[in-house]
Amino acid sequence: MAIEDDVLVIGGGLAGATAALAAADAGRDVRVRLVTYKQSTLRHASGLIDVLGYAPASDGKAEGPLVDPFDALADLPEGHPYERVGSEAVREALAFFDDIAGDAYAGDHTDRNALVPTHRGTVKPTARYPVSTAEGLASDDRDALLVGFETLPDFEAPLAAAHLEAAGAPFSARGVTIPFPGIVRDDAKVTRYAHLLDRDETVTTGAGETGAREALATTVRQHLEGEPRVGFPAVLGDERAAEVRTALADALGADVFEVPMGPPSLPGIRLEDLLYGALEDAGVRVTSGVPVVDYEMADAAGAGSAGAGTAADGGGVGDRIDRVVVDRNGTEIPHRADQYVLATGGLVGKGVRSERERVFEPIFDCHVPHAEDRYDWFVDDVFGEQPYARFGLAPDRELRPLDARDEPEFANLRAAGAVLGGYDFAAEKSGGGVSLATGYVAGRRAAEEVDE
Amino acid sequence: MATDTEVLVLGGGSTGCGIARDLAMRGLDVTLVERGNLTDGTTGRMHGLLHSGGRYAVSDRASATECIEENEILREIAGHCVELTGGLFVQRPEDSDQYFREKLEGCRDCGIPARVLSGREAREMEPYLAKDVKRAIEVPDGAVDPFRLCVANALDAENHGARVETHAEVVDLLREGDDVYGVAVRHESGPGKRTHEAAGTTEEITAEYVVNATGAWAGQIGAMADLEVEVRPSKGVMTIMNVRQVDTVINRCRPKGDADIVVPHETTAILGTTDEEVSDPDDYPEEQWEVDQMIDTLSELVPILEEARTIRSFWGVRPLYEPPGTGTQDPTDITRDFFLLDHAERDGVSGISSIVGGKFTTYRAMAEEISNHVCEKLGVSASCATADEPLPGSENIETLEAGMDDFGLRSPVARRSKQRLGSRASEVLETSEANPVLCQCEGVTRAEVRDAIEQSGSDLNAVRIRTRASMGNCQGGFCCQNMANELHPEYDEETVRAALDELFEERWKGQRHALWGEQLSQAMLNYTLHATTMNRDRDPADDDESAEIEFDAFDGGA
Repeated sequence: MAIEDDVLVIGGGLAGATAALAAADAGRDVRVRLVTYKQSTLRHASGLIDVLGYAPASDGKAEGPLVDPFDALADLPEGHPYERVGSEAVREALAFFDDIAGDAYAGDHTDRNALVPTHRGTVKPTARYPVSTAEGLASDDRDALLVGFETLPDFEAPLAAAHLEAAGAPFSARGVTIPFPGIVRDDAKVTRYAHLLDRDETVTTGAGETGAREALATTVRQHLEGEPRVGFPAVLGDERAAEVRTALADALGADVFEVPMGPPSLPGIRLEDLLYGALEDAGVRVTSGVPVVDYEMADAAGAGSAGAGTAADGGGVGDRIDRVVVDRNGTEIPHRADQYVLATGGLVGKGVRSERERVFEPIFDCHVPHAEDRYDWFVDDVFGEQPYARFGLAPDRELRPLDARDEPEFANLRAAGAVLGGYDFAAEKSGGGVSLATGYVAGRRAAEEVDE
Repeated sequence: MATDTEVLVLGGGSTGCGIARDLAMRGLDVTLVERGNLTDGTTGRMHGLLHSGGRYAVSDRASATECIEENEILREIAGHCVELTGGLFVQRPEDSDQYFREKLEGCRDCGIPARVLSGREAREMEPYLAKDVKRAIEVPDGAVDPFRLCVANALDAENHGARVETHAEVVDLLREGDDVYGVAVRHESGPGKRTHEAAGTTEEITAEYVVNATGAWAGQIGAMADLEVEVRPSKGVMTIMNVRQVDTVINRCRPKGDADIVVPHETTAILGTTDEEVSDPDDYPEEQWEVDQMIDTLSELVPILEEARTIRSFWGVRPLYEPPGTGTQDPTDITRDFFLLDHAERDGVSGISSIVGGKFTTYRAMAEEISNHVCEKLGVSASCATADEPLPGSENIETLEAGMDDFGLRSPVARRSKQRLGSRASEVLETSEANPVLCQCEGVTRAEVRDAIEQSGSDLNAVRIRTRASMGNCQGGFCCQNMANELHPEYDEETVRAALDELFEERWKGQRHALWGEQLSQAMLNYTLHATTMNRDRDPADDDESAEIEFDAFDGGA
């Protein structure tokens, strides 16, 4: 007996969660389920929500950083996910996210991008940022002290400060490196730093035993030269991040902010927690740790017919997915839904995969446009216009993946997020925004079709 | 006019460094100049096989004998650069029995310990061998780290008073009449700690004798003094796998052919190789079919290679040479022997010899013979001691192994660090400062990176070859920036940024030939981290992004 839902979302990252939330939001009676396999790539990501930082220009040279991403949306080339959904949908999706995020994110007071210092000391345009980052904006002209930790090699505060200066930031930044009170292992995980502060564990320093927050503030205070704000690598708490930040700010007499970091990224983990909390509140059923391994199509009579192999060749307009098969510890469990959303990620999340001869989408074998010769998948300049960065599904304006003849692969499958191709989110700084906008549209349209 | 040095060695590969060490130990005043970094040419682009000699036991017994002798010497003097993995010559059902017998006899005649294993015994030793492998010959092949070995030679040469000048390209040979008396080099901005002349400046270095040890580039050097050196560069591809599928060197037991060897190397395995003549050692095509051929052909021996993850591929050029008139068509038939071309005898031009041909395993013996020749020319009677004196880092390795837990590092890291550092381990790792792991894939700590920076300055590629940091699965995506961080504050922000860019580009170059499957996903992740999380591709501090940002036009906060 198959598990039955109205909308089944495959993939648990930003796009999948947004799709599920949008579907659930679209109608009270719509039963929505989300299945995810591995941990989402959110914990790899900085936690910033970029919409569009740089516009691809006709001469190949990027324009930007863009002050207002919405100005540039209308000029994006055909096939770009934003072009597919339209700029109004981008605004709606952002508003939808702002509602879900509540106080956890800032940036919704203006259309303008913010510039956020990165952990290398560059600055990056982004549309929404975790509130923990808000006091650190590079367009804010207050001086800053950056604090790094001896045992955390990813953030070299004095170097980042020098880099910010080279980037022309309108304030003076100074960096210091200190030991982190209570960290005794050279290779402690970043979550260990966060939990020390979350729980305000008692640590021993030269001054005796004290709480970790106070001990950290005491160490930093010795280096503070009147800077009104202090930046730390993003390890300031996990579940009680706001409380930790407030405690440090009070003890230092300065505003405190986090500099987003690479993986594993606490702001990314916090965003994931926020989304899963919202899914639970919205009544979305979540099944995690299971891969979707196969699917079956509906034949004309409406009964299920065998699988992936034949479907890839025989698919066409009007073909419908009847059910997908989920592998739970070796047991194959069918999940049936009326509408499906594919949000399995790109090359990193393995929603798009490759072999020596081909690039493919592993669940439904949807068409992935790519050059035949794999030496045409890349260019020599590491930051050049990389074709591989644009690998993914080409959708219609309903976000239904199209086959090689530009026909929808299936009538009841939509795709969202990094599994879509035709854009380079890393160069554009558009990953978060595309996931939100396409997730929102795919989820909403799926739910609407159920209602019909 | 006073000469600057007695002997000037051109080329900082294994041969050049070996010669410099040998002559410096004999008390000569030696200067070595290298166009790029040490190992930049062929030495840094090989599969890291320490030959037992088995490979040549049928076709070239003189080479085979020389290999096993040098193999035994290097295990003694450079234990920290060698992993004695052992090797197998594996016979498949379609491979000739007669050749198998010839190989076995050849090994025994050349003094190479050799033992026949049944197919079952071979698979017990190497479980991933193909099920239909018939039998194998076991020989003492090994894996060698050419970077460490070359650097150890150069360091020892310096310890004996030599001047080692990297990033110094020979732009002219100084010739007066029929005598070559030195070179002109152009200095480039190399690593900081080593004493380098200002970038872009040219220096004339005069010498009593010049040794052209530039391998595949020997013809280009010779041409600067109108000397013809008909070196025949031949390219070969090597593909690096992300884990060691095998723990011994796997050779195919058949006469010759491309793609017939797998060499386990630290945490990886290297597949090799092809053999194809090229006209320019600096510019030759790197082709997809070569990589595919490695995987397809070697999968016949080790089937899981077909599905395994490759990290990157790289190409090297052999400095093949054969005496004029031999006329061999196929580069695989050209001898691997080396030749000493005394240009006085050959061309009537005194003061210079060229060294061509040869192979890595016998670099020391080559250096000894060439050094003998140079000493004879200069009337020096000192004898060679390089076979007896350990290289820096290799003394007391057992003592150090026994004290493995002393450094407060987790044991695999400690073991591998100590293997890398040899007897220098305590000096480098005994630090009171925090010593986190900077490169997770290879387990390289901050102390090691800092030690390498001490030696090589701001050139992160030089740090890489000394430590292996950034050479694992992630190919630098997660650790390049950590390595760069260690350059600050000694080097300013702009230097650090340039060093990071250079290392990241270099890591990308080799990956391009392995871009499918897991490694393409990794490349996308690396690109995402550097472009998205760090915005390094649109860094406003970079010159080409220099249009100033109007910071106050952006969101300044609520």
